Amino acid sequence: MTTDSTPARVSIYEAAAANRWRTLLLIAAFTALIAVLAYFVGEYFAPGGGGIAALPFAFAISTGGALVSYFAGDKLILAQSQARELGPSEEPQLRNIVEALALGLGIPTPKIYVIEDSAPNAFATGRDPRHASIAVTRGLLDKLDRTELEGVIAHELSHVGNRDIRVMVLVTVLVGTVALLADWMWRSFFWTQGGRRDRDRGGAGAIIAVIAIALAVLTPIIATLIQLAVSRQREYLADASGALLTRYPPGLASALRKIAADKEPLEVANKATASLYIANPLKDAPAFFDHLFDTHPPIEERIKRLEAMD
Amino acid sequence: MEIVVVLVILGALALFFVATYNRLVTLRQRVKEAWADIDVQLKRRHDLIPNLVETVKGYATHESTVFQKVTEARAAAVAAGASATPEQRAQAENMLTGALRSVFAVAENYPQLQAVQEFKDLSENLTATEDKISFARRFYNGNVRDYNTSLQTFPTNVFAGMFGFGPEQYFELADAAERETPQVKF
Repeated sequence: MTTDSTPARVSIYEAAAANRWRTLLLIAAFTALIAVLAYFVGEYFAPGGGGIAALPFAFAISTGGALVSYFAGDKLILAQSQARELGPSEEPQLRNIVEALALGLGIPTPKIYVIEDSAPNAFATGRDPRHASIAVTRGLLDKLDRTELEGVIAHELSHVGNRDIRVMVLVTVLVGTVALLADWMWRSFFWTQGGRRDRDRGGAGAIIAVIAIALAVLTPIIATLIQLAVSRQREYLADASGALLTRYPPGLASALRKIAADKEPLEVANKATASLYIANPLKDAPAFFDHLFDTHPPIEERIKRLEAMD
Repeated sequence: MEIVVVLVILGALALFFVATYNRLVTLRQRVKEAWADIDVQLKRRHDLIPNLVETVKGYATHESTVFQKVTEARAAAVAAGASATPEQRAQAENMLTGALRSVFAVAENYPQLQAVQEFKDLSENLTATEDKISFARRFYNGNVRDYNTSLQTFPTNVFAGMFGFGPEQYFELADAAERETPQVKF
């Protein structure tokens, strides 16, 4: 991916404004995706009107998904990652780093969570800086020194300050919704297939059937591609603004190197949450799709860009 | 016809003034919020110092000048905190930082003191607070820079004064490098 470009200096206010548009655009894109899927599936089951009848359901589902992700997305993600909130006196070094860097960005101190897993990784989530959480694994605390930890925390807090977290939560929940929906439709094709075949549907009906089946297969893939493109692009920006915050790019570079060298996958991460983390927690790299399915930019490229900063 | 043209021009001008005015208010508000962050951390440091002095005093009995200096510097910083400009405050706080360093330098000579848990906690707290002050200062100075820049660019500079917008002061003048726009290059 060479299309990701980063402007010379993006204040968190500008990045936040850009992300407000991105949020609206994403909701529109997912609504359209779900609507198209619903239309053809409706037409398949009830030719001549079923497609239109299915649209209100599609809008209800995407609105519901957006609302759930806005109000509870972060809690769902934290629960699924088995993250535990830190008490006020636990891990004072981590807390001090988070508090100091949050001051540097002018955001409130987020809630701090720990995931008891030895694979080093971290993510941030929430709907805005006032409702933000940051989660780090035990492995990250054990394996990184202070400047490296500062680099990682600064990267995560940049996601918070830039309002990336809202976009990412929204995308994560909507991708989950689309996947669920497509799966459910896929099953109903099989249950009803026998009865449908007996009826004479004509040429148009056959075409609709083909489109509906193709969409049920393609929609989750398209949704995932949207998610991955969004997340990859955010990573470079968060690296840059994180380095700007600590004024010490080698800290994050060295942390990324350590995280990349660690071959252990993070058990609590899955395909939906993988793109939230600072580095791909699944440690798998499908080569045959030419990076289309990467959740993150290549770590070597990120390190190279960090080292080029002065 | 002419009236329409004049009205359109006046309307556009009014819109421009409103937009610029609101932008300056937003930027100045950000400066104030950032200043509040610094203020909290400075007060926290002021609160920690008497405890530190008491703890160190118990072990280092012959260092009264150092304690006197830090107590005076703290009093000056607290007084500056009540009323002074960021520039004067920065000066007082810089003096306090210097005095505080000499307390820790003295403490180095007393190995028993280093083992006291209360001293360990206090010095850790103070170090963390210094850290927070420096980050809060960075954020504040960044916001002052943004505000002052838009104040001084054309055409805002022509009428900003009329609306009562003046430049804000940076905190900690010793570090001039921070005022320049940092560049991230790829």
